[in-house]
Amino acid sequence: MSAVLDHHDHAHDDHHDHAPTGWRRWVFATNHKDIGTLYLLFSFTMLMIGGVLALLIRAELFEPGLQIVNPELFNQLTTMHGLIMVFGAIMPAFVGFANWMIPLQIGAADMAFARMNNFSFWLMIPAALMLVGSFFMPGGAPAAGWTLYAPLTLQMGPSMDAGIFAMHILGASSIMGSINIIVTILNMRAPGMTLMKMPMFCWTWLITAYLLIAVMPVLAGAITMTLTDRHFHTSFFNPAGGGDPVMYQHVLWFFGHPEVYIMILPAFGIVSQVVPAFARKRLFGYTSMVYATSSIAILSFIVWAHHMYTTGMPVTGQLFFMYATMLISVPTGVKVFNWLATMWRGSMTFEAPMLWAVGFIFVFTMGGFTGLICSMAPIDIQLQDTYYVVAHFHYVLVAGSLFGMFSGYYYWSPKWTGVMYSETRGKIHFWSSLVFFNVTFFPMHFLGLAGMPRRVADYPMQFADFNALASIGALGFGLTQVFFLVFVVFPGMRGKGEPAPQRPWEGAEGLEWEVPSPAPWHTYETPPKLDRSATKVIG
Amino acid sequence: MKSISNKLASLLSNAGIWAGAWAGTTALSAAHAVNDLPGGPSVRQLNLAPAVTKIAEEQHWLHLFMMILCTVIFIAVFAVMFYSIWKHRKSVGHKAANFHESVTVEVIWTIVPFIIVIFMALPATKVLVASKDTTNADLTIKATGYQWKWGYDYIKGEGEGIGFISTLDVTHREMSNNGAKGDVPDDYLLKVDNPLVVPVNKKVRIITTANDVIHAFAVPAFGIKQDAIPGFVRDTWFKAEKVGDFYGQCQELCGKEHAYMPIHVKVVSGEDYAKWVDGERKKAAAKLDDPNKVWTLDDIMKRGEKVYASNCAACHQANGKGAGPIKPLDASPIVLDADHTKQIDTLLQGRNNGAMPSWKALSDTDIAAVISYTKNSWSNKTGQLVQPAEVKAERSK
Repeated sequence: MSAVLDHHDHAHDDHHDHAPTGWRRWVFATNHKDIGTLYLLFSFTMLMIGGVLALLIRAELFEPGLQIVNPELFNQLTTMHGLIMVFGAIMPAFVGFANWMIPLQIGAADMAFARMNNFSFWLMIPAALMLVGSFFMPGGAPAAGWTLYAPLTLQMGPSMDAGIFAMHILGASSIMGSINIIVTILNMRAPGMTLMKMPMFCWTWLITAYLLIAVMPVLAGAITMTLTDRHFHTSFFNPAGGGDPVMYQHVLWFFGHPEVYIMILPAFGIVSQVVPAFARKRLFGYTSMVYATSSIAILSFIVWAHHMYTTGMPVTGQLFFMYATMLISVPTGVKVFNWLATMWRGSMTFEAPMLWAVGFIFVFTMGGFTGLICSMAPIDIQLQDTYYVVAHFHYVLVAGSLFGMFSGYYYWSPKWTGVMYSETRGKIHFWSSLVFFNVTFFPMHFLGLAGMPRRVADYPMQFADFNALASIGALGFGLTQVFFLVFVVFPGMRGKGEPAPQRPWEGAEGLEWEVPSPAPWHTYETPPKLDRSATKVIG
Repeated sequence: MKSISNKLASLLSNAGIWAGAWAGTTALSAAHAVNDLPGGPSVRQLNLAPAVTKIAEEQHWLHLFMMILCTVIFIAVFAVMFYSIWKHRKSVGHKAANFHESVTVEVIWTIVPFIIVIFMALPATKVLVASKDTTNADLTIKATGYQWKWGYDYIKGEGEGIGFISTLDVTHREMSNNGAKGDVPDDYLLKVDNPLVVPVNKKVRIITTANDVIHAFAVPAFGIKQDAIPGFVRDTWFKAEKVGDFYGQCQELCGKEHAYMPIHVKVVSGEDYAKWVDGERKKAAAKLDDPNKVWTLDDIMKRGEKVYASNCAACHQANGKGAGPIKPLDASPIVLDADHTKQIDTLLQGRNNGAMPSWKALSDTDIAAVISYTKNSWSNKTGQLVQPAEVKAERSK
């Protein structure tokens, strides 16, 4: 170990002399902080594109009848909104957080594979271009829903192939990112940073990375079989040749259910760090948090068919998947209780990161409860493929993943930019997001209970009022995120604002607060000596 | 793209008006004067549809039970959290305590939710097992999903042998294209030409399958939803306890007209059902077309116009111009071709991997009629007449 470190020390001077500037700094980036920034900018761009698609959907659904798009384009919009948000916005954003924070939190100099890190980022650009560009291909973008169910995918035009190729590339990028994160966490922790002293964000990402490696190849397999069904006369899923369309759903959801935890576990990690910081009290039940996260990850592999209650599984199959799904609420509940116990008898302040974290717990728990209701097969028979499901997964993915990321942004951006964001603007962003989010998605529960199917371009008149309300909320939510970009992110990038102290939060602990703000280009080039709690550098 | 931007501009101007109107909570419904649709959705409906089967009633009860349980837990947990937020703030001078671990507490809040979950699972299991028992049905009906209509075949029980196609009322589809303006009926997008008719208080087993892609047969008031999967046969059942009209929609994305394939089930008394079966039998006998009948152009055009409106117009448009990827029939070389087999074959086999579906479910007379219609409509003035016998010959190849 020491030989390697000595070598690193030598290299160090060269590094500083040859720090690339201009576009080379970004295109040839190997620095984890630069790549983290690239990931975050990329994912925010995709969030905006996906958001515009969402607003077009909501504009069409503002009132009954077809007004601005035809049903073909409508299906393209819902499909691409889903694909772009899942694969372009949420997943890369968390990889961006991981790139920036994991080396800083474990006292490592950089990610383990710096060039692969560069490759996994730049792979996403052609994939994203191909995905978004599919709108301009003959026949328009894929329109089979983000789940790409066969045999509808077999009817799609050439853009389906572009979409499949883009998914393959994004999957490869995710796998490389995950390998990098696992190797970094397992091999590059500073001496004294044992696994059970690691910050929760690193723990949740370590588990997430394993999930990614396990399931991304499964998705790749499913869409490759779709591709060969489309072009090479195989019949994996094509019933006309004896294929099994339900098999596609099993394979897709074997990927798809762990995928939803891939999108939420890192947010759990962020919240588990923000809550103790602003309660000025250590995280309650650290060990049980680690076990709960692992249990959720393991259980996520045996619940996939709860997305398929209406396919007509045998009753024993439905019972198994119902019980397994309900079981996930136990470790999830443990996490909420632990956050609550962390807040209990703390000394709390409510700066923007804490507001987002509390908002996350509040709204995510609602999504958790609707999930429990959906998990019950007899009720789900009523709710499957209705707007209730749309409401449920937006409560866990927007109010869950996205709110968690905003919490993380406000918590760590002083370290990234070197300046404090405006607290007032952070509060405006939080409160209007919270209000507009609920105005958008809460009425969808009622629509779903009343039986309005999802992915429809037009609906019976009785559904009109709640749809209009949801559309107004969506517009407000979208504009709020533009506000965040213009009045919070841009000033931060330009370095406008109060200079951030090294440790801007009184109760924040961890190695990322042991380096100056903004974090220098190179940090922890020699492994730091840590105190017993592995949260402070002592030499 | 240009038309989209035009429409977007007009929508934005509308949006301002609507947003203002929303202040008066019922503005939208007042503008269209929408009423509840018995057996279908109600205006601003907040809960599941009123149940007309035992299973749906059980689902309601289960949902209510879950809602109460979840609400109580939610309020309890967040009451504690908001108490803590209120009392344990730095600004009120609260000093942080130093506890951060308790195995006892962790065990308690793992075990207690586990017990609650078991408590939830028990009634759910009971309802699920009951809802899956499709044995001993009085009447068995096969529901086949087509892009984008339902085919119903009475397989076993009273009415055996009856079969028909159920399609959204054409005027409703046009209303949708025109932005659902003006006087829109309460059963907008739910009205079909031929509803599924079933007797009250009889166990009806629905077998689902599909012809092209996955659809889902769902009637909320009955508490049923079953995917209709091509190449597979699945089943579900209901026993309606009330006479009346009940509505549902296809619930699985099945392509562009997914929003336009409603389900309308008419539940009638045993007597009325017997009468209906009798009527259907007579109608079928009268309508049975002789595939060897030789038609005149006028008669076959009239028949073809109807077939076109209910099967082809959704994609190819009433004016035959098609739209986007949908090919125009007006001036199409295949339609104009003197060799009739090309067009007959297109209809029987479908084209482009089912983007143009196969229409072999239609009768020889219907196919001949619609082909004759397209050959002599719009700018197509071929004067050609296709007789059912030609379709029959092509079909047997």
